[in-house]
Amino acid sequence: MAPASPLQVKIRTIELNVYYGYKHALQDVTVDIYANRVTAFIGPSGCGKSTFLRALNRMNELIPSARTTGRVEIDGINIYDPEVDVVQVRRRIGMVFQQWVPFPKSIYENIAFGLRLNGKPSKAELDAVVEHSLRRAALWDEVKDRLQHSALELSGGQQQRLCIARALAVNPEVLLMDEPCSALDPISTAKIEELIEELKHDYTIVIVTHNIQQAARISDYTGFFYLGRLVEYNRTRELFTNPQKRETEQYITGRFG
Amino acid sequence: MGRGSYGFRKEWSWYTLVGVAAISMTALAALAIVGLTLSLLGHFTLEGLPHVTWEFLTQPPRNNNTEGGIFPAIYGTVLLVVLMSLMGVPIGTATALYLSEYAREDSALTRWVRFGVNTLAGVPAIVFGLFGLGFFVQFLGKGIDRIFGLELVWGKPAIIWAAATMAVLTLPVVIVSVEEALRSVPRHLREAAFALGATRWQTIWHVVLPRALTGILTGSILAVSRGAGEVAPILFLGVAYSLPELPKGLTSQFMELGYHLYVLSTQSPDVEATRPLQYATTLVLLLTTFALNLSAVLLRLRLRRG
Amino acid sequence: MIFLFIAREALGIFTAADTAVGSQPAATSELSPELYGTESESAAPEVYNPDVDFPEPEAPAGPAERPAAEPGQGTPPLLSNLLSTTWQPVSSQPKYGILPLLVGTLKIALFAILLAAPIGILAAIYAAFFAPRWFREFLKPLIELLAGFPSVVIGFFCLMVLASVVQESLGTTFRLNALVGSLGVAIAIIPIVFTIAEDSLSRLPRVLWEAGLALGAQPWQVVFRILVPAATPGLFAAVLLGFGRAFGETMIVLMASGNAPLLSWSPVEPVRTLSATIGSEMGEVVWGSLHYSVLFLLGLLLFVGTFLLNVIAEFWVRRRLLRRFQGTTAAL
Repeated sequence: MAPASPLQVKIRTIELNVYYGYKHALQDVTVDIYANRVTAFIGPSGCGKSTFLRALNRMNELIPSARTTGRVEIDGINIYDPEVDVVQVRRRIGMVFQQWVPFPKSIYENIAFGLRLNGKPSKAELDAVVEHSLRRAALWDEVKDRLQHSALELSGGQQQRLCIARALAVNPEVLLMDEPCSALDPISTAKIEELIEELKHDYTIVIVTHNIQQAARISDYTGFFYLGRLVEYNRTRELFTNPQKRETEQYITGRFG
Repeated sequence: MGRGSYGFRKEWSWYTLVGVAAISMTALAALAIVGLTLSLLGHFTLEGLPHVTWEFLTQPPRNNNTEGGIFPAIYGTVLLVVLMSLMGVPIGTATALYLSEYAREDSALTRWVRFGVNTLAGVPAIVFGLFGLGFFVQFLGKGIDRIFGLELVWGKPAIIWAAATMAVLTLPVVIVSVEEALRSVPRHLREAAFALGATRWQTIWHVVLPRALTGILTGSILAVSRGAGEVAPILFLGVAYSLPELPKGLTSQFMELGYHLYVLSTQSPDVEATRPLQYATTLVLLLTTFALNLSAVLLRLRLRRG
Repeated sequence: MIFLFIAREALGIFTAADTAVGSQPAATSELSPELYGTESESAAPEVYNPDVDFPEPEAPAGPAERPAAEPGQGTPPLLSNLLSTTWQPVSSQPKYGILPLLVGTLKIALFAILLAAPIGILAAIYAAFFAPRWFREFLKPLIELLAGFPSVVIGFFCLMVLASVVQESLGTTFRLNALVGSLGVAIAIIPIVFTIAEDSLSRLPRVLWEAGLALGAQPWQVVFRILVPAATPGLFAAVLLGFGRAFGETMIVLMASGNAPLLSWSPVEPVRTLSATIGSEMGEVVWGSLHYSVLFLLGLLLFVGTFLLNVIAEFWVRRRLLRRFQGTTAAL
C-alpha cells in the first residue's frame, strides 16, 4: 500500500470560518489536503462537513446569508481572493452531489455540456472526451450503444457514475464528493468505491461521508468534524486504530452519530 | 502533471457578452410588462378620475349619455352579481365540500368531477353565453312558462338567467378557493371531532366549515370580481343599453357597467362627447374589480397565516 | 354536478346544430326580437360594407340558395355553404361561410400568442432567476393586477389609444384591424403565460442549478442551457393555455379588430372571429332560424377547440414531465 507519489499539499485551508447569518457553522479550520490521495471527512449530521466541502469550491456563496473568512489555497493561490474568478475555480475543482442530478438531456450531451460552455469544440474532440470520461467513470461499456438516449433512463448507480464522468469531462484537478453513495444500493456503492480507488492516481479526491466504514475502506487520510470544528485529522490507519481525541473515539465506536 | 497552471484570472470572453445580452433581454421583457401595466393604469386614472363625481355615480344618463351618470348600470351590475352569488356560492361550496370531505381520491366519480371543473374553467366566456341561452332561457325558461301557462315571461333573456349563467362561469373559481381553504384545516381537528363521536356532517358543519369561511369568502369575492367584469356571456342574455326604469323583477332586463362601456365606445353617435363618461365608467369598473381582487388576496394571506 | 352542466351545454348546442344540419325550420316569428325590446343596438361595425369591401367574389349562387328547402335534403347545400368563403348572413342570399371566421380566429390567436409568449416567458425567466428579490415581489402582484383587467377595459384601451398609435406609426388604412386586436389579446394573455411559465421554472429542483454551477458554468449558461430546457413541458403548457384563451376571447376582438369577416392573412385588415360573430349577431338573430343554429354551431366549434387545447396541454405536460424527471424525482 505504498503511496504512488510523494506527498504534496494540494489544498490548504487556513483558519477557515463560515457563518450562515449568526450561525457559526465552521470554526477555524486549518488543514492540509494532499494531492493524489483520498481524503475523507466524517462526523455526525450538522457538524459542518458538507459546509467545509462546499467552501472548497466556493459553493457556499450560493446561500445568501453565508459569509466566509480565512483562506483556502489551491496550489498556493487563495481562491477567495477578490481577483480570482469563481467560474475558473469551479472548473478546476469538480463536485459530485449526494443526489445524482443528470441534466434532462442525452447521455452524450450531459458530458459534452461542460465542454461547450466556453468554446465550440469539434465533434471529434467531443467524441473523444465523452468516451474518455465515461471510461474513467467505468460506465463506457454499459452505455456506449445508447449515448443518444436520455440520461434519465439509467439506473441510480449509473446516473451517479454519469455525474462523475460529467465532472471529469472538464478536466479538473480535484474532485469533491458529497456523500456520493448514501442513496445507492450496496452493489453500486461498491462499484463507485472501486472507481474512487482508481481515480485517485490522477486526481485529488475529497469525500464527505456519514458511513464510517466507507471512510475506513477507501481513504488515505481522514478528518473528523464535530460541532463545526475539525477535531482530528490523520492518516486513516492512525485515526481509526489510535484516535487521539475522546470525541473521535466515541464517534468511531458508534457511541453517537 | 501539466494540467493547467493558468491561475484563476477572470477572463472576458465573447461568452460573457452573450450572457449579458441574454439576461438583459429577459429583464427588458419584464420591464415591458411593468411599463404596459402602469401605462394602462395611468391612462385610465388620468382620463377618468376627473369625471367620477357623486352625480356620476347616482344619476341615470341623460342626453344620449353625454351627461348624467351611470347609476342604473351600477345598480344592474350589483343586482346581477348578488343574484349570481346567491346561486353560485352554495353550489360551489357544496361541490368543494364533496371533493374535499366525502370523495375518495381515486374513484372514477371524483376524477370526472375534477375533470369537469377543469374543463369548465377553460371554456371561453361567450360559449357560456350560448349555454345560458340554450339551456336556461330556451329549456328552463320556456319550461317554466309552459308549466305555469305563461306567455313568454321566463322564456326570454332576463337578469335571472344572466345571473345563472355567470354563476356557472364562476363556479370553478369558487370551488378552487373553497377547496383550498378546506384543505388547510388540519387533519387532527377533524380527527378529534370524530374521536368524540361526531358524524361526518356534524364535523363539517361545526368544525370544518367555520375555519373554511375565509376561503368561501375569498372565492365569492373573486367570483364577484369576475362576474362584474365579464361582458361576453351576458351580451344576449338580457342586458340593455338604455332602459327607462330599473329592473323590477327577476325577469327584467338590466343595464350593466361593462356592457355600458362597450356600447358607449363602439356605438355612440358622437364619440367625443361621450368620452368623459366612457372613461369614468371604465375607472369605476376598474376600481371595483381591483378593490375586490385586493380584498380577496388579503383574505387569502390571512388564511395562509392563521 | 359539474359534469351535468357540461353535458347540458353540449346538449343545448347539439340540438341547435342538429336543426341546422338536419332540417330547415321555418322562421318562428313569434319569438322575434321585438317582443322583448331590442334596446340593445346592433353592433354596427366600423368598416363593413359587404358590397363594397369584399375582395372575394360572391359565392356561387347555386348551392347557397336559401329558400325553405325540403327537410332531410338540406345537408349538401348547407355543408358547402358553411365551407364557403363568405359570411354574410343578413342578405337575400344568406351565406354562412365559416372560413373567414375561422381564419380570423386563428389569425388573432396566433399573432397574439406570437407576441405574448416570448414576452411572458422571458419575463418569467427573469423573475425566476435573475431578478433581485424586491423586483420579484413587485412584478408578481403587478402581473396579477394586469390579469385582473376585464377584457372590456383592455378592448377599450385598444380602441381609444392603441389603434391610433398603430395607425400613426404604420400608416395603415384601417384603424381597427387584426394587428390591433392581436395586441389587445396579447395583453390579456401575457399574465397567463407568465404565471404558468414562472411556476414551472421555479419548481425545478435546486440541485440542478448547483450541479450546473459546479461544473464551472456561468449562471446565465445554467439558466438557459439547463434549466429552461428542463422546464420545457411547463413552458409548452403555458403557451398552449395562452393560445386557448386567445382563441376564445370575445370583447377585445369585438371592440378593436374591425369586425369585418374578410378572408385574408394580412395583419392590417379588419377581421372577425368566431367569438365576435356570436357576440355581435346573437342579439338580433331570429330564434330557431338557421342563422341562430349556425351561431350555435360556431359556439360548438369554439368549445371543442378550447377543450382540445386544454386536454392536450394536460396530457402533454404530464407525459413529458414524467419522462424527464423520472430519475431525479423518483429518487427524492
